[in-house]
Amino acid sequence: MDKIKKVYSDEKIYKKLLEDNNLTIEDALENEMVINMGPQHPATHGVLRLVLRLDGETVIKVVPELGYLHRGYEKMAEDMSFIEFIPHTDRLDYTATMCNNVAYVLAVEKLAGVEAPPRAQWIRMIIAELSRIAAHMIAIGTFAMDVGAVTMVMWTFRERERIQEIFDRIAGARFTTSYTRIGGVASDIDDEALKMIKHFLDTFEPGLKDMDDLMLHNRIFIERLEGIGVLTKEDAISLGVTGPNLRASGVEYDVRRAKPYLFYNQVDFKVPTYSEGDSLARYFLRGDEVRESVKILYQCLEKIPNGEVLANDPKKVLPHKTEIYTKMEELIHDFMIINHGINPPVGDTFFSAENPKGELGFYIVSNGTGYPWKMKIRSPSFCNLQAISKICEGAMISDVIAIIGSLDPVMGEADK
Amino acid sequence: MDIKDLVLQTLKENFTDSIIEITDFRNDLSITVKQEKLFELAKFLKENENLLFEMCKDVTAIDWATRKNRFTVVYHLYSFKLNFNLRLKSNLETEPYQIQSVTPIWQSANWYERETYDMYGIEFINHPDLRRMYMPEGFEYHPLRKDFPVLGIPESLPLPQKPE
Amino acid sequence: MGLEAKLTQDGFITTTIDAIVAWARKSSVWPMPMGISCCAIEMIAAADPKYDIARFGSEVMRFTPRQCDLMIVAGTVTYKMAQVVRRIYDQMPDPKWVIAMGACTSSGGMYRSYNVVQGIDQFLPVDVYTAGCPPRPENLLNALMTIQEKISKTRARDFQDIIPQKLELINK
Ligand code: SF4
Repeated sequence: MDKIKKVYSDEKIYKKLLEDNNLTIEDALENEMVINMGPQHPATHGVLRLVLRLDGETVIKVVPELGYLHRGYEKMAEDMSFIEFIPHTDRLDYTATMCNNVAYVLAVEKLAGVEAPPRAQWIRMIIAELSRIAAHMIAIGTFAMDVGAVTMVMWTFRERERIQEIFDRIAGARFTTSYTRIGGVASDIDDEALKMIKHFLDTFEPGLKDMDDLMLHNRIFIERLEGIGVLTKEDAISLGVTGPNLRASGVEYDVRRAKPYLFYNQVDFKVPTYSEGDSLARYFLRGDEVRESVKILYQCLEKIPNGEVLANDPKKVLPHKTEIYTKMEELIHDFMIINHGINPPVGDTFFSAENPKGELGFYIVSNGTGYPWKMKIRSPSFCNLQAISKICEGAMISDVIAIIGSLDPVMGEADK
Repeated sequence: MDIKDLVLQTLKENFTDSIIEITDFRNDLSITVKQEKLFELAKFLKENENLLFEMCKDVTAIDWATRKNRFTVVYHLYSFKLNFNLRLKSNLETEPYQIQSVTPIWQSANWYERETYDMYGIEFINHPDLRRMYMPEGFEYHPLRKDFPVLGIPESLPLPQKPE
Repeated sequence: MGLEAKLTQDGFITTTIDAIVAWARKSSVWPMPMGISCCAIEMIAAADPKYDIARFGSEVMRFTPRQCDLMIVAGTVTYKMAQVVRRIYDQMPDPKWVIAMGACTSSGGMYRSYNVVQGIDQFLPVDVYTAGCPPRPENLLNALMTIQEKISKTRARDFQDIIPQKLELINK
C-alpha cells in the first residue's frame, strides 16, 4: 500500500494547482475547492483527468493529467520492424483508423523512398476521407451527447455504422483495419465496395441535413455553446493547436492544402474556416468538413484509375500473398523483408498528414536497419489538449464539459 | 529565391559560428546548433520578419546510446508565412543533460518538453512546470532511454492486490 | 418467459425465490462502461440502433459505479489506470460481475510494454473474457449472454456472506 502511495502521488499536481494566481479572498462566503474530474468520467472521452480549482462555479485553474492510457508506443516501435507497426497505428486515434494507416505508411515511404502506384494512392484518399467522416461523426455525436442531446449520438453512430460496413468490405475488419501497406494497400478495392461508397454518399447528405435541423433549431444547444471556450488565433498558433480547432480560430491551415500529399492537389475542395474560435464554431466546422469530404469522395470515385495497388519494388514492398505461395523469387523477397526489414537509408524524416483531429506527424530516425532507431509520434490530440488549461480558465464548470467535447481529444493518441 | 536558401542565408548572416551542421535529407532541412546558442537562435527564428516560425510542432530527443554526445534534442518548427517545416537539433554533450527551455518562446513547447523530460530525463532549464507527463510521479526511470527494457522493470510500478 | 400465458391460465405460478431473483437480476444487468480506449468505441456501437444492447435489458449504462452490477472493462489497462479501475470496482455494490472486453484486458494483447498490465485478472476477478481486438459488438453481446447464464445459476444465499465479510474488512 505504501509503495502504491509513493509511486502514484498527486502532490505535485496540487502544488501546481495552488500556485498563487493573484487571487484575493475577501468575502467570507467565497470559498475555493479542488475537484477531480476523470479519469473515469463520461465527458472526458476516455481517460483524461482534469484537476480543477474552483471558486464557486467558476474555474480558476485547470491542471490536466495525462498518462492513463500511455501504452509506450514509441518504445515498442523501436522494437519492431516498420511493417509490424502498421496494426499499431490503428489504435492511435481509434476513431479514424484508416487515416492513421495512411499517414504512417506515407511517412515510411518518404523515408524509404518508395512510391505507391496511382490506384493505391486514390484508394488511400478514399479511405482516409471515409475515415474522416466516421471520426467527425463520433466527434459531433459525443459532443452533442456531452451537452445533453443524446439523440444525436444515435444518429451519428447509425451513419458511422454504414462506413464501418464499407470498411468491413474493403479491409475485412470493421474497426481495426490495418489496411495500408508500405508501397500500396493490402488488397484492391472491388466494384461492390465502390458501389457501397456511392450509395453511402448519396444517402448521407439528407441524413446530415436532418442532424443540422435537429441541433441548430435547438436554442439550448446554441446558447450553451456560443461564446464558450474562445481560443484566439494567436493563442491557437502559439499553443500548437492544429486541425479543426485551429481552423475554427481563423487560421486557414490544412496540411492537405499547405503540403499536398497523395493527390489532394488534383481534387477541388474548400478549407472551411471560422473566425469566432468558440465551441459552436468548432462544431460547425466539423460539419462543414464532412461536407467537403463528401465532395472529395465524389471526385475520387470519378477519377480513380485502374491498375496495380502495390509498387513493384521487391526490396521494400511485400509481394502479394498468392504470389508468395506460387513463385520462388517472391518467396525469397518476402523472407528477406520479414526477417531483415526494409532497411531504409540512414537519415531522419518528418512527415505529417491531416487527420480528423489535426496534424499527425511521424518523425522517424533510421540507422539503416529494419527497425527504426527512434519514432516520435506527433499526435494532434496531445497538442490540442494543451489548450484546455488556457481556455477553461474563467469558464463555468459546466462549460468545461462543452469545451472538452469541442476540442475532441482522443486519448489513445494523446497518451500514445 | 528558394525558401531553403532564404532560411539558410538569413541564419548564416546572424549565426555563422553557432551552426554546426546542415543536412537536407528527403527535402527536410535540418540544422544542428550549438547547445548554448539554441535559445537565441530559436527566438530569432520566431521573431525575424522574413521567417516567422510561429509554431513549434514538436520537441523530442534521440538517445544515441553512446557515452559521449548521448542525446540530441530535436525541434520541429513551422512557418505559416513561408509554409515551411524546419528541424532544429542540438547535441547534449556531457552530463548533466540540460538545455534551455524554449517554452518562453512557444507556449506549445511546455508539454513537449515535459514529455521529453519524462521519457529521457533531459532537464529543461527555466521550464515553468517540469513534471512527468505520462508516467506516475514516483516512477524512477526514463522509459525511452535505450537502457530501459521494453518490458519495463519488474515491481517498479505497483498493482493493487486481487480481492479475496 | 411466457409469463403472460401462464398468468392468464391460472392466475398464479409456483417457483422458488432463488429462481425469481436470479431471473430478475439477469434480465436487468446494468453495466458500468469502463471505456478506456479503442474497445470503448465498439462498446458504444453495441448500444447503437444496429446492435441494440437494450434487447438484453442492459441499455442502462450508468457512469456511476454505485448503480451498476456489471463492469465492462473495455480498453488497455495501464498500471496508472489499474488503480482507478480497481477503485471503481470496489465502489460497485455486490453482487457484481466483470467482463474483460478485448485482448488487452484479457492478456495485455498486442502491448508487451512497460506500462501495460498484462491481463486485468492480476488485480480483478474476471467472469468472462472476450476475444478479439476489438471484439465485434456481437461478441460483446455474447459475453453478456454468458454472464446472464451465469447469473441465472446463482442462488440468493450465495451472496449471503458477502456483507459480513466486507464489514470485517472495513473493521480491519
Ligand atoms: S483489444 Fe484491441 S481494440 Fe481493444 S483496447 Fe486493446 S488494442 Fe484496442
